[in-house]
Amino acid sequence: MSEKKSISTHVKSTSGVDVSHCYQCGKCTAGCVQAERMDYPPQYIMRLLQTGSEENYEKVLRSRSIWVCLNCENCYERCPQSIDIPHVMDMLREESLKRGIAHKDASKIIAFHRSFLSQIKNTGRLWEVGMEAEYKLRTMDLMQDVKLVPSMLSKGKLSILPEVIVDKAAVKKIFDRTVGVEKEK
Amino acid sequence: MEKVGLYPGCSLKGSSREYGESVVALARVLGLPLEEIKDWNCCGASSAHAVSKELSLALPARVLSLAAAQGYKELLVPCAACFSRLKTTQHTLMGDDERRKKIEDIIGAEVGGVKILSVMEWLEKYAIDAIKEKMNHPIKARVACYYGCLLVRPSGVIKGDRVEDPQSLDNLVKLAGATPIDWAFKTECCGGGMSIAATETVGKLSAAVMEDATHRGAKAIVVACPMCHSNLDMRRPYINKNMEKATDVPVLYITQLLGMACGLTAEEVSVGRHFVNYKEEEICQK
Repeated sequence: MSEKKSISTHVKSTSGVDVSHCYQCGKCTAGCVQAERMDYPPQYIMRLLQTGSEENYEKVLRSRSIWVCLNCENCYERCPQSIDIPHVMDMLREESLKRGIAHKDASKIIAFHRSFLSQIKNTGRLWEVGMEAEYKLRTMDLMQDVKLVPSMLSKGKLSILPEVIVDKAAVKKIFDRTVGVEKEK
Repeated sequence: MEKVGLYPGCSLKGSSREYGESVVALARVLGLPLEEIKDWNCCGASSAHAVSKELSLALPARVLSLAAAQGYKELLVPCAACFSRLKTTQHTLMGDDERRKKIEDIIGAEVGGVKILSVMEWLEKYAIDAIKEKMNHPIKARVACYYGCLLVRPSGVIKGDRVEDPQSLDNLVKLAGATPIDWAFKTECCGGGMSIAATETVGKLSAAVMEDATHRGAKAIVVACPMCHSNLDMRRPYINKNMEKATDVPVLYITQLLGMACGLTAEEVSVGRHFVNYKEEEICQK
Protein backbone atom coordinates (compact mmCIF):
# COMPACT_ATOMS: atom_id res chain seq x y z
CA MET A 1 0.00 0.00 0.00
CA SER A 2 2.77 2.39 0.89
CA GLU A 3 4.54 1.58 -2.40
CA LYS A 4 1.32 2.24 -4.26
CA LYS A 5 0.92 5.55 -2.55
CA SER A 6 4.49 6.62 -3.11
CA ILE A 7 4.40 6.02 -6.89
CA SER A 8 1.09 7.75 -7.52
CA THR A 9 2.25 10.55 -5.24
CA HIS A 10 5.50 10.74 -7.17
CA VAL A 11 3.64 10.97 -10.50
CA LYS A 12 1.29 13.57 -9.08
CA SER A 13 3.93 15.68 -7.40
CA THR A 14 6.24 15.75 -10.44
CA SER A 15 3.60 16.11 -13.18
CA GLY A 16 0.68 17.53 -11.22
CA VAL A 17 -1.55 14.94 -12.87
CA ASP A 18 -3.71 12.46 -10.96
CA VAL A 19 -3.76 9.23 -13.00
CA SER A 20 -6.20 7.64 -10.55
CA HIS A 21 -8.98 9.54 -12.34
CA CYS A 22 -8.63 7.29 -15.39
CA TYR A 23 -11.49 4.78 -15.75
CA GLN A 24 -10.05 3.01 -18.78
CA CYS A 25 -12.53 4.17 -21.43
CA GLY A 26 -9.84 3.91 -24.10
CA LYS A 27 -10.62 7.17 -25.89
CA CYS A 28 -6.95 8.20 -25.66
CA THR A 29 -5.82 5.05 -27.43
CA ALA A 30 -8.57 5.33 -30.04
CA GLY A 31 -7.37 8.78 -31.08
CA CYS A 32 -3.64 8.14 -30.77
CA VAL A 33 -1.84 8.16 -34.13
CA GLN A 34 1.14 6.39 -32.55
CA ALA A 35 -0.75 3.67 -30.64
CA GLU A 36 0.11 1.06 -33.27
CA ARG A 37 3.82 1.79 -32.77
CA MET A 38 3.63 1.63 -28.98
CA ASP A 39 4.33 -1.40 -26.78
CA TYR A 40 1.64 -0.21 -24.33
CA PRO A 41 -1.08 2.15 -25.57
CA PRO A 42 -1.73 5.31 -23.49
CA GLN A 43 -4.71 3.86 -21.64
CA TYR A 44 -2.58 0.89 -20.52
CA ILE A 45 0.20 3.22 -19.37
CA MET A 46 -2.38 4.92 -17.16
CA ARG A 47 -3.45 1.53 -15.78
CA LEU A 48 0.13 0.44 -15.09
CA LEU A 49 0.73 3.66 -13.17
CA GLN A 50 -2.50 3.19 -11.23
CA THR A 51 -1.40 -0.19 -9.90
CA GLY A 52 1.34 1.68 -8.09
CA SER A 53 3.82 -1.18 -8.09
CA GLU A 54 7.46 -0.28 -8.62
CA GLU A 55 7.68 -3.17 -11.08
CA ASN A 56 4.95 -1.69 -13.29
CA TYR A 57 6.38 1.78 -12.93
CA GLU A 58 9.69 0.54 -14.24
CA LYS A 59 7.92 -1.28 -17.06
CA VAL A 60 6.48 2.09 -18.11
CA LEU A 61 9.83 3.85 -17.81
CA ARG A 62 11.43 1.17 -19.97
CA SER A 63 8.65 1.27 -22.60
CA ARG A 64 8.90 2.42 -26.19
CA SER A 65 5.53 4.20 -25.83
CA ILE A 66 6.82 7.14 -23.84
CA TRP A 67 9.35 7.96 -26.58
CA VAL A 68 7.18 7.56 -29.66
CA CYS A 69 4.46 9.79 -28.14
CA LEU A 70 4.38 12.94 -30.29
CA ASN A 71 2.71 15.20 -27.71
CA CYS A 72 0.00 15.91 -30.26
CA GLU A 73 -2.37 16.46 -27.30
CA ASN A 74 -5.26 14.49 -28.82
CA CYS A 75 -5.56 12.17 -25.82
CA TYR A 76 -5.66 15.05 -23.34
CA GLU A 77 -8.15 16.99 -25.42
CA ARG A 78 -10.54 14.05 -25.69
CA CYS A 79 -10.12 12.57 -22.21
CA PRO A 80 -13.49 12.72 -20.39
CA GLN A 81 -11.52 13.04 -17.14
CA SER A 82 -9.19 15.74 -18.52
CA ILE A 83 -6.07 13.76 -17.64
CA ASP A 84 -3.04 15.50 -19.11
CA ILE A 85 -1.43 12.35 -20.52
CA PRO A 86 1.17 14.19 -22.68
CA HIS A 87 2.40 15.91 -19.56
CA VAL A 88 2.69 12.57 -17.77
CA MET A 89 4.64 11.32 -20.79
CA ASP A 90 7.06 14.25 -20.38
CA MET A 91 7.58 13.41 -16.74
CA LEU A 92 8.08 9.71 -17.56
CA ARG A 93 10.70 10.52 -20.20
CA GLU A 94 12.54 12.75 -17.75
CA GLU A 95 12.50 9.99 -15.12
CA SER A 96 13.48 7.30 -17.63
CA LEU A 97 16.51 9.35 -18.66
CA LYS A 98 17.43 10.03 -15.03
CA ARG A 99 17.45 6.32 -14.30
CA GLY A 100 19.23 5.53 -17.56
CA ILE A 101 16.69 2.89 -18.57
CA ALA A 102 15.25 4.32 -21.81
CA HIS A 103 14.09 1.80 -24.44
CA LYS A 104 16.74 0.93 -27.03
CA ASP A 105 14.45 1.99 -29.90
CA ALA A 106 14.48 5.48 -28.42
CA SER A 107 18.18 6.02 -29.03
CA LYS A 108 17.71 8.12 -32.19
CA ILE A 109 14.97 10.20 -30.60
CA ILE A 110 17.08 10.85 -27.51
CA ALA A 111 20.10 11.65 -29.68
CA PHE A 112 17.94 14.17 -31.51
CA HIS A 113 16.83 15.87 -28.27
CA ARG A 114 20.39 16.00 -26.93
CA SER A 115 21.77 17.43 -30.18
CA PHE A 116 18.96 19.97 -30.35
CA LEU A 117 19.46 21.19 -26.81
CA SER A 118 23.24 21.37 -26.94
CA GLN A 119 22.97 23.81 -29.87
CA ILE A 120 20.71 26.05 -27.83
CA LYS A 121 22.96 25.84 -24.84
CA ASN A 122 25.95 26.97 -26.89
CA THR A 123 24.45 29.78 -28.95
CA GLY A 124 21.01 30.53 -27.46
CA ARG A 125 19.32 29.44 -30.66
CA LEU A 126 18.95 26.29 -32.68
CA TRP A 127 21.54 26.05 -35.44
CA GLU A 128 20.11 23.30 -37.62
CA VAL A 129 23.38 22.49 -39.42
CA GLY A 130 25.21 22.05 -36.14
CA MET A 131 22.37 19.98 -34.75
CA GLU A 132 22.37 17.68 -37.79
CA ALA A 133 26.13 17.22 -37.53
CA GLU A 134 25.97 16.39 -33.84
CA TYR A 135 23.00 14.08 -34.38
CA LYS A 136 24.90 12.17 -37.07
CA LEU A 137 27.87 11.73 -34.77
CA ARG A 138 25.66 10.58 -31.91
CA THR A 139 23.81 8.03 -34.08
CA MET A 140 26.69 7.31 -36.48
CA ASP A 141 24.04 7.42 -39.22
CA LEU A 142 26.24 9.65 -41.32
CA MET A 143 24.38 9.26 -44.60
CA GLN A 144 20.92 10.19 -43.34
CA ASP A 145 19.37 13.01 -45.37
CA VAL A 146 22.66 13.71 -47.14
CA LYS A 147 20.74 13.80 -50.42
CA LEU A 148 18.71 16.73 -49.11
CA VAL A 149 21.72 18.97 -48.48
CA PRO A 150 22.29 20.37 -52.00
CA SER A 151 18.63 21.30 -52.49
CA MET A 152 18.33 22.72 -49.00
CA LEU A 153 21.35 24.88 -49.67
CA SER A 154 20.05 26.08 -53.01
CA LYS A 155 16.68 26.93 -51.42
CA GLY A 156 18.43 28.91 -48.72
CA LYS A 157 17.15 26.63 -45.97
CA LEU A 158 20.52 25.99 -44.34
CA SER A 159 22.52 28.62 -42.55
CA ILE A 160 26.24 28.02 -42.82
CA LEU A 161 26.95 29.92 -39.62
CA PRO A 162 25.01 29.89 -36.34
CA GLU A 163 23.18 32.94 -35.04
CA VAL A 164 24.56 33.68 -31.60
CA ILE A 165 22.58 35.82 -29.20
CA VAL A 166 24.26 38.64 -27.30
CA ASP A 167 23.41 37.40 -23.83
CA LYS A 168 24.23 33.76 -24.40
CA ALA A 169 25.44 33.56 -20.80
CA ALA A 170 21.80 33.99 -19.73
CA VAL A 171 20.79 30.89 -21.66
CA LYS A 172 23.81 28.94 -20.41
CA LYS A 173 22.71 29.85 -16.89
CA ILE A 174 19.20 28.56 -17.56
CA PHE A 175 20.66 25.20 -18.60
CA ASP A 176 22.97 25.03 -15.62
CA ARG A 177 20.19 25.81 -13.19
CA THR A 178 17.64 23.39 -14.70
CA VAL A 179 19.25 20.31 -16.25
CA GLY A 180 22.50 20.92 -14.39
CA VAL A 181 26.00 20.31 -15.59
CA GLU A 182 26.30 16.57 -15.12
CA LYS A 183 23.19 15.49 -17.04
CA GLU A 184 23.81 17.31 -20.26
CA LYS A 185 25.65 14.52 -22.12
CA MET B 1 -1.58 51.26 -34.35
CA GLU B 2 0.81 50.06 -31.68
CA LYS B 3 3.76 47.96 -32.78
CA VAL B 4 3.39 44.23 -32.24
CA GLY B 5 6.52 42.31 -31.23
CA LEU B 6 7.60 39.41 -33.43
CA TYR B 7 9.16 36.26 -32.04
CA PRO B 8 10.27 34.40 -35.17
CA GLY B 9 11.91 31.43 -33.46
CA CYS B 10 14.70 29.36 -34.96
CA SER B 11 12.80 27.62 -37.78
CA LEU B 12 11.73 30.92 -39.32
CA LYS B 13 15.39 31.94 -39.47
CA GLY B 14 16.50 28.59 -40.89
CA SER B 15 14.75 25.75 -42.68
CA SER B 16 11.38 27.55 -42.74
CA ARG B 17 12.63 31.01 -43.54
CA GLU B 18 9.96 31.44 -46.21
CA TYR B 19 7.40 31.53 -43.39
CA GLY B 20 9.27 34.34 -41.65
CA GLU B 21 9.83 36.21 -44.91
CA SER B 22 6.17 35.93 -45.87
CA VAL B 23 4.99 37.13 -42.44
CA VAL B 24 7.15 40.24 -42.78
CA ALA B 25 6.16 40.78 -46.43
CA LEU B 26 2.46 40.46 -45.62
CA ALA B 27 2.75 42.85 -42.66
CA ARG B 28 4.40 45.37 -44.96
CA VAL B 29 1.81 45.19 -47.73
CA LEU B 30 -1.05 45.40 -45.21
CA GLY B 31 0.57 48.23 -43.25
CA LEU B 32 0.76 46.32 -39.96
CA PRO B 33 3.53 47.52 -37.63
CA LEU B 34 5.70 44.57 -36.60
CA GLU B 35 9.14 44.49 -35.03
CA GLU B 36 11.36 41.54 -34.13
CA ILE B 37 12.14 41.43 -30.42
CA LYS B 38 15.82 41.70 -29.52
CA ASP B 39 18.15 38.94 -28.37
CA TRP B 40 15.51 36.20 -28.24
CA ASN B 41 16.49 32.62 -27.54
CA CYS B 42 15.08 29.28 -28.71
CA CYS B 43 11.90 28.18 -26.89
CA GLY B 44 13.18 24.62 -26.52
CA ALA B 45 10.51 23.35 -28.96
CA SER B 46 9.81 19.61 -28.92
CA SER B 47 13.04 18.69 -27.15
CA ALA B 48 13.20 20.62 -23.88
CA HIS B 49 9.92 19.27 -22.49
CA ALA B 50 10.99 15.69 -23.21
CA VAL B 51 14.08 16.14 -21.05
CA SER B 52 13.32 18.64 -18.29
CA LYS B 53 10.13 20.39 -17.26
CA GLU B 54 12.02 23.27 -15.67
CA LEU B 55 14.09 23.86 -18.79
CA SER B 56 10.92 23.74 -20.92
CA LEU B 57 9.44 26.54 -18.80
CA ALA B 58 12.55 28.66 -18.30
CA LEU B 59 13.50 29.02 -21.99
CA PRO B 60 10.10 30.41 -23.09
CA ALA B 61 9.90 32.44 -19.87
CA ARG B 62 13.02 34.37 -20.90
CA VAL B 63 11.38 35.17 -24.25
CA LEU B 64 8.17 36.38 -22.58
CA SER B 65 10.22 38.44 -20.18
CA LEU B 66 12.24 40.07 -22.98
CA ALA B 67 9.10 40.97 -24.93
CA ALA B 68 7.53 42.61 -21.87
CA ALA B 69 10.73 44.40 -20.87
CA GLN B 70 11.16 45.75 -24.41
CA GLY B 71 7.76 47.36 -24.12
CA TYR B 72 5.55 45.15 -26.27
CA LYS B 73 1.98 44.50 -25.19
CA GLU B 74 1.43 41.85 -27.85
CA LEU B 75 3.78 39.24 -29.26
CA LEU B 76 3.18 37.54 -32.61
CA VAL B 77 4.46 33.96 -32.60
CA PRO B 78 3.96 32.50 -36.09
CA CYS B 79 5.62 29.11 -35.42
CA ALA B 80 3.07 26.70 -33.96
CA ALA B 81 5.66 24.95 -31.77
CA CYS B 82 6.95 28.23 -30.30
CA PHE B 83 3.36 29.42 -29.91
CA SER B 84 2.47 26.26 -28.00
CA ARG B 85 5.55 26.43 -25.73
CA LEU B 86 5.04 30.12 -24.93
CA LYS B 87 1.32 29.67 -24.27
CA THR B 88 1.94 26.59 -22.12
CA THR B 89 4.59 28.42 -20.10
CA GLN B 90 2.41 31.47 -19.56
CA HIS B 91 -0.57 29.29 -18.63
CA THR B 92 1.49 27.20 -16.19
CA LEU B 93 3.22 30.13 -14.51
CA MET B 94 0.10 32.29 -14.23
CA GLY B 95 -1.65 29.52 -12.34
CA ASP B 96 1.23 28.62 -10.02
CA ASP B 97 2.88 31.44 -8.06
CA GLU B 98 5.46 29.23 -6.43
CA ARG B 99 6.67 27.87 -9.75
CA ARG B 100 6.60 31.31 -11.33
CA LYS B 101 8.87 32.67 -8.62
CA LYS B 102 11.24 29.76 -9.08
CA ILE B 103 11.41 30.23 -12.86
CA GLU B 104 11.80 34.01 -12.47
CA ASP B 105 14.67 33.34 -10.13
CA ILE B 106 16.28 31.05 -12.73
CA ILE B 107 15.97 33.57 -15.56
CA GLY B 108 16.72 36.51 -13.28
CA ALA B 109 13.76 38.57 -14.49
CA GLU B 110 10.00 38.90 -14.23
CA VAL B 111 7.97 36.99 -16.80
CA GLY B 112 5.50 39.84 -17.35
CA GLY B 113 2.17 39.54 -19.09
CA VAL B 114 2.64 40.04 -22.82
CA LYS B 115 -0.32 38.83 -24.90
CA ILE B 116 0.72 35.98 -27.21
CA LEU B 117 -0.85 35.95 -30.68
CA SER B 118 -0.87 33.15 -33.25
CA VAL B 119 -0.67 34.23 -36.87
CA MET B 120 -4.41 33.68 -37.21
CA GLU B 121 -5.22 35.73 -34.11
CA TRP B 122 -2.96 38.52 -35.35
CA LEU B 123 -4.61 38.59 -38.78
CA GLU B 124 -8.14 38.34 -37.38
CA LYS B 125 -7.47 41.24 -35.05
CA TYR B 126 -5.62 43.63 -37.35
CA ALA B 127 -5.78 42.54 -40.98
CA ILE B 128 -9.33 41.73 -42.07
CA ASP B 129 -10.17 45.17 -43.49
CA ALA B 130 -6.71 45.61 -45.00
CA ILE B 131 -6.92 42.24 -46.77
CA LYS B 132 -10.35 43.12 -48.20
CA GLU B 133 -8.99 46.42 -49.40
CA LYS B 134 -5.75 45.11 -50.93
CA MET B 135 -7.04 41.85 -52.39
CA ASN B 136 -6.50 42.08 -56.14
CA HIS B 137 -5.40 38.62 -57.14
CA PRO B 138 -7.92 36.06 -55.86
CA ILE B 139 -6.71 32.52 -55.27
CA LYS B 140 -9.53 30.66 -57.00
CA ALA B 141 -8.83 27.15 -55.83
CA ARG B 142 -10.09 24.50 -53.48
CA VAL B 143 -7.63 24.32 -50.62
CA ALA B 144 -7.31 22.17 -47.51
CA CYS B 145 -6.65 24.18 -44.35
CA TYR B 146 -4.41 22.03 -42.19
CA TYR B 147 -4.12 23.13 -38.55
CA GLY B 148 -2.22 20.20 -37.07
CA CYS B 149 -1.96 19.90 -33.30
CA LEU B 150 -0.32 22.79 -31.57
CA LEU B 151 -2.38 25.69 -32.91
CA VAL B 152 -5.55 24.24 -31.41
CA ARG B 153 -4.63 21.83 -28.60
CA PRO B 154 -4.91 21.66 -25.67
CA SER B 155 -7.93 23.94 -25.88
CA GLY B 156 -7.69 24.79 -22.17
CA VAL B 157 -4.34 26.47 -22.85
CA ILE B 158 -4.77 27.75 -26.40
CA LYS B 159 -8.32 29.05 -25.80
CA GLY B 160 -8.81 29.86 -29.44
CA ASP B 161 -10.47 28.06 -32.27
CA ARG B 162 -12.96 25.19 -32.28
CA VAL B 163 -10.79 22.27 -31.38
CA GLU B 164 -12.05 19.42 -33.56
CA ASP B 165 -13.14 21.51 -36.54
CA PRO B 166 -11.27 24.82 -36.41
CA GLN B 167 -12.31 27.63 -38.74
CA SER B 168 -9.77 30.45 -38.44
CA LEU B 169 -7.63 29.45 -41.45
CA ASP B 170 -10.76 28.54 -43.42
CA ASN B 171 -12.16 32.04 -42.88
CA LEU B 172 -8.86 33.65 -43.89
CA VAL B 173 -8.50 31.68 -47.13
CA LYS B 174 -12.08 32.64 -48.03
CA LEU B 175 -11.00 36.29 -47.81
CA ALA B 176 -8.32 35.46 -50.39
CA GLY B 177 -10.95 34.07 -52.74
CA ALA B 178 -10.20 30.39 -52.13
CA THR B 179 -12.66 27.64 -51.24
CA PRO B 180 -11.73 25.70 -48.11
CA ILE B 181 -12.70 22.04 -48.33
CA ASP B 182 -14.43 20.12 -45.59
CA TRP B 183 -12.15 17.25 -44.63
CA ALA B 184 -11.28 14.83 -41.85
CA PHE B 185 -7.60 15.42 -41.13
CA LYS B 186 -7.58 19.12 -40.20
CA THR B 187 -6.13 18.47 -36.76
CA GLU B 188 -4.46 15.05 -37.11
CA CYS B 189 -0.75 14.92 -36.33
CA CYS B 190 1.77 14.87 -39.21
CA GLY B 191 4.56 13.49 -37.01
CA GLY B 192 5.67 16.87 -35.70
CA GLY B 193 9.25 17.11 -34.55
CA MET B 194 10.12 13.52 -35.49
CA SER B 195 11.15 14.42 -39.03
CA ILE B 196 14.78 13.49 -38.40
CA ALA B 197 14.56 10.84 -35.68
CA ALA B 198 11.62 8.88 -37.15
CA THR B 199 11.34 9.85 -40.81
CA GLU B 200 9.42 6.72 -41.88
CA THR B 201 6.74 7.38 -39.27
CA VAL B 202 6.43 10.97 -40.44
CA GLY B 203 6.01 9.64 -43.99
CA LYS B 204 3.12 7.43 -42.91
CA LEU B 205 1.32 9.98 -40.75
CA SER B 206 1.73 12.78 -43.28
CA ALA B 207 0.58 10.49 -46.10
CA ALA B 208 -2.73 9.97 -44.27
CA VAL B 209 -3.16 13.75 -44.19
CA MET B 210 -2.25 14.18 -47.86
CA GLU B 211 -4.41 11.21 -48.92
CA ASP B 212 -7.58 12.73 -47.48
CA ALA B 213 -6.86 16.25 -48.73
CA THR B 214 -6.06 15.20 -52.29
CA HIS B 215 -8.88 12.65 -52.42
CA ARG B 216 -11.30 15.50 -51.69
CA GLY B 217 -9.87 17.63 -54.47
CA ALA B 218 -7.62 20.11 -52.66
CA LYS B 219 -5.25 21.93 -55.02
CA ALA B 220 -3.08 23.19 -52.18
CA ILE B 221 -2.62 22.58 -48.47
CA VAL B 222 -2.58 25.73 -46.32
CA VAL B 223 -0.64 25.63 -43.05
CA ALA B 224 0.62 27.89 -40.26
CA CYS B 225 3.23 25.58 -38.74
CA PRO B 226 6.83 25.02 -39.87
CA MET B 227 6.81 21.38 -38.76
CA CYS B 228 3.60 20.61 -40.66
CA HIS B 229 5.09 22.38 -43.65
CA SER B 230 8.41 20.63 -43.71
CA ASN B 231 6.82 17.25 -43.08
CA LEU B 232 4.29 17.65 -45.90
CA ASP B 233 6.71 19.40 -48.28
CA MET B 234 10.32 18.33 -47.68
CA ARG B 235 9.30 14.78 -46.69
CA ARG B 236 7.12 14.33 -49.80
CA PRO B 237 9.22 11.41 -51.15
CA TYR B 238 8.49 9.51 -47.90
CA ILE B 239 4.81 10.48 -48.15
CA ASN B 240 4.51 9.34 -51.74
CA LYS B 241 5.83 5.90 -50.83
CA ASN B 242 2.72 5.54 -48.66
CA MET B 243 0.19 7.06 -51.10
CA GLU B 244 -2.04 5.14 -53.47
CA LYS B 245 -1.00 7.65 -56.12
CA ALA B 246 1.97 10.02 -55.76
CA THR B 247 0.89 13.62 -55.29
CA ASP B 248 2.45 16.96 -56.25
CA VAL B 249 -0.09 19.15 -54.45
CA PRO B 250 1.88 22.06 -52.95
CA VAL B 251 1.88 23.24 -49.33
CA LEU B 252 1.59 26.99 -48.69
CA TYR B 253 1.81 29.05 -45.55
CA ILE B 254 -1.31 31.14 -44.91
CA THR B 255 0.89 34.23 -45.10
CA GLN B 256 2.13 33.24 -48.57
CA LEU B 257 -1.39 32.64 -49.84
CA LEU B 258 -2.73 35.91 -48.43
CA GLY B 259 0.36 37.79 -49.62
CA MET B 260 -0.11 36.61 -53.19
CA ALA B 261 -3.84 37.40 -53.03
CA CYS B 262 -2.87 40.93 -51.98
CA GLY B 263 -0.61 41.40 -54.98
CA LEU B 264 2.78 40.21 -53.73
CA THR B 265 4.68 38.09 -56.23
CA ALA B 266 5.51 34.43 -55.63
CA GLU B 267 9.11 35.54 -55.15
CA GLU B 268 8.21 38.14 -52.55
CA VAL B 269 6.57 35.46 -50.42
CA SER B 270 9.42 32.98 -51.11
CA VAL B 271 7.44 30.05 -52.52
CA GLY B 272 10.58 29.15 -54.46
CA ARG B 273 12.06 27.77 -51.26
CA HIS B 274 9.62 24.85 -51.23
CA PHE B 275 10.44 21.35 -52.41
CA VAL B 276 7.05 20.75 -54.05
CA ASN B 277 6.58 23.39 -56.72
CA TYR B 278 3.75 25.84 -56.55
CA LYS B 279 2.11 26.25 -59.95
CA GLU B 280 0.26 29.50 -60.17
CA GLU B 281 -1.91 28.48 -63.12
CA GLU B 282 -3.33 25.52 -61.16
CA ILE B 283 -3.96 27.40 -57.96
CA CYS B 284 -5.66 30.33 -59.62
CA GLN B 285 -8.26 28.30 -61.52
CA LYS B 286 -11.37 26.92 -59.95
